[in-house]
Amino acid sequence: MTVYFMCFFLFLVGLYGIVTRRNLIKIVISFTIMEFSVFLFFALIGYVENGVAPILTKNLPENPVFVDPLPQAMVLTAIVIGLATSAMLLAIAIRLYKKYGTFDIREINNLRG
Amino acid sequence: MEILLSVILGFMIIGAIYALHANDLLSAVIAQGIVGYGLVICFLHLRAPDLAIVQIVVETITLIIMVAVVLDSSRKELKTPAGWKGSVNVILGLVFIGFMIYFFDMATASLDVFGEHTLRMSQTYIEQGAQKTGAANLVTGVLWDFRGYDTLGEATILFTAALGVLTVLRMKGKK
Repeated sequence: MTVYFMCFFLFLVGLYGIVTRRNLIKIVISFTIMEFSVFLFFALIGYVENGVAPILTKNLPENPVFVDPLPQAMVLTAIVIGLATSAMLLAIAIRLYKKYGTFDIREINNLRG
Repeated sequence: MEILLSVILGFMIIGAIYALHANDLLSAVIAQGIVGYGLVICFLHLRAPDLAIVQIVVETITLIIMVAVVLDSSRKELKTPAGWKGSVNVILGLVFIGFMIYFFDMATASLDVFGEHTLRMSQTYIEQGAQKTGAANLVTGVLWDFRGYDTLGEATILFTAALGVLTVLRMKGKK
């Protein structure tokens, strides 16, 4: 249970960063931290004590206990999507910097058509 | 196992907190790398080699893009005082975190204890996955065969995001 709570604490650190930071790059960093904690939580749920990786090899022990492959497959999908979304966020951030000359979100609030 | 993971997670939390409070954006990005590579070690200990491989590649690419963005713009953290709006934000964030802790407490009551996970649907995947899909790696079997539509959606999102990045970064805008 400690591991679950520490993983959740990592999520909370990312959430706090998104709510309180003013710098666009820091917001993107907090976003990725939240993502990582969710991936880790999925992998933690699927873990079985003394399990082996879900790969069928020749030298498996007798009656092997496998780790759950389903959360791992889901996280594999989510990791790649996370890369795509953070690349998109960073592209928007650099575009805003080129237009306004700052990463401060308080100065990017006026729409100059 | 639980103690080892807790130690690695502790380092990851320290790295995350430093990343949020660093004065130099470049060191904030590097501190975010602590979290990403710590996650790789956690995956290796949780018997998920596929995830570790993908995560190490993705983390490296993210780090390279972030360093490129930071070096191309400004490295300085903003120095302006937060003001009363800043304190309102902090208080709102703490209230939000309190709500999240309440719901997390409710949710973990229905979870298995760490390390004693019961296989429900995956039991079928493990027993019949090799005959049905012909894949020795069960994760790949689930990803490409049992849940192929998920992977199709993932590819769609990937291409949409690539199109979006190209559109945003295009040098000449439409007048």
